[in-house]
Amino acid sequence: MHPAASVIAFTTLSGLGYGLAFVLALGHGNPAATSTKIAWFLALTLISIGLLCSTLHLGNPQRAWRAFSQWRSSWLSREGVMAVLTFIPLTLLAAMSIFGDSFNLALGYVGGIMAAVTVYCTAKIYNSLRTIPQWHSGWTIATYLGFSLSSGTLAYVGLFRKPLEEGRTDVWTIVALGILIAAWVFKFMWVQNAASVGYGKSTMESATGLGHIGKVRLLERPHAMGNYLTNEMAFRVARRHMNLLWKICVLLGLVLPAVCLALALAAPAALTFFSFVALITHMLGLLVERWLFFATARHAVGLYYGGDAALVPAE
Amino acid sequence: MTSLPASTDKKLGLVIDLDTCVGCHACVVACKEWNTSGYGTALSDQDPYGANPAGSWLNRIHTFEVIPDGEVIGTAGDARVVHFPKSCLHCEDAPCVTVCPTGASYKRQSDGIVLVDEEKCIGCGLCAWSCAYGAREMDLAEGVMKKCTLCVDRIYNEELEEIDRQPACVKTCPAGARHFGDLADPQSDVSVLVKERGGFDLMPEQGNKPVNKYLPPRERTELGANSAPPESEEESVAAEGLLGWIDRALGTLDGKGAK
Repeated sequence: MHPAASVIAFTTLSGLGYGLAFVLALGHGNPAATSTKIAWFLALTLISIGLLCSTLHLGNPQRAWRAFSQWRSSWLSREGVMAVLTFIPLTLLAAMSIFGDSFNLALGYVGGIMAAVTVYCTAKIYNSLRTIPQWHSGWTIATYLGFSLSSGTLAYVGLFRKPLEEGRTDVWTIVALGILIAAWVFKFMWVQNAASVGYGKSTMESATGLGHIGKVRLLERPHAMGNYLTNEMAFRVARRHMNLLWKICVLLGLVLPAVCLALALAAPAALTFFSFVALITHMLGLLVERWLFFATARHAVGLYYGGDAALVPAE
Repeated sequence: MTSLPASTDKKLGLVIDLDTCVGCHACVVACKEWNTSGYGTALSDQDPYGANPAGSWLNRIHTFEVIPDGEVIGTAGDARVVHFPKSCLHCEDAPCVTVCPTGASYKRQSDGIVLVDEEKCIGCGLCAWSCAYGAREMDLAEGVMKKCTLCVDRIYNEELEEIDRQPACVKTCPAGARHFGDLADPQSDVSVLVKERGGFDLMPEQGNKPVNKYLPPRERTELGANSAPPESEEESVAAEGLLGWIDRALGTLDGKGAK
């Protein structure tokens, strides 16, 4: 699938924003502290930027309001509706902290659950597509929720936790490390499934219905040049770069943040520095992760264009 | 409403004969010609006379090669070339309709045709992602999704002669490889054709229940015994006249003697 920059930015930034809002909504952070006020503002800003990014890939963004209408059947519509509804408790909570130095736990639970449901809806947009077996897996949902929470907790620790005295252990650093590892376990499970699932049950034989005669091979494409379908659904990537990108993704997204968090635990005085670096590398890793999520996905329509033979350009 | 109708009164669709199709692309061109000036906005092209031409098409023909694994003389190992026209299959369980966030995509209860209301389409592309058949293409000039309308502006068009009230692709096919009709009616010509020829669904495992059906290429017959070349020249009848003289002369020269 074509990895659109706007969709990558949308899913990673709004994921980070909802993750941070989730942590804050569960009552963490002193509502009277300036750092908590900034954290609320940042969470809402990231969510807003992410949602605005998501409209950039639309052919007619001026009609985007229509996307709120079909929540009965469409996960994309549900995602839009939930995103708007979730602004209500989150904005109230942010306003309570920023202007009233106060917090309401009941409202916090509502906001936290709604933030999680919104991320769930985002993941369901991809998970619900039968045409893309790599996405049509429960691990897609687990990964989206996991990385939203891992980036949110890293932002909370990296930006808004005060350095501690020597000898004290910061519980939040341990929590962030645990969530980071859990999210990556989900991702590794996703990758394991994605590596073997291919085009699912569909083959060039089932796509053409010619399997009863024998093995099917594409002789000629409909047109000599590419088209919307080949650009969007049979996205060509040099598969030899995939392994390298995946290594970079794991290094930036998992190894470096985990090392930084371990260092932050060992040297509590430098907690802010190390956990901030952990956040930055984690987010860079997630950009690569999201790029690969799209770029490596095989869509059933690729079978009409020669299957994997069409995905790898002749080199 | 992007919820699908529980059932449709008719199931209008196409039956495409893979045995008869010669891959001439006339249906592709007729489709573009009719639909660029009919339903909705024009079907745009990008860089049509340049180095990398592309554009929106509602019907495309792929050509496949199938290598049979049979033992029959004349077919085993010989590739069959199958031209394969592909357009919207107007699925009963059309995922492109239910994923649409705006209600632009819909399936008509009266005849089962899947359409896009371009005034409502935001061009998110999710319906194209959900379609296993590649039947939907974004128009890059207008930013709206394009798809086969089954020539809804022809088949009910009373301005046209009744004989012309068929989709442009069906009307134009010089090989008679495309058939249009109501697949919900078991007595209709298309339903009978599907039954007689063993019409099949594309990718049934995707669970979309496509309405359009494809007819398989017919079985190839075994090559007749006398169509094979003679085993050996020695069995040929002795030549006479001038050719006979040449035969004898050459036979003397290469030592085989005259026949």
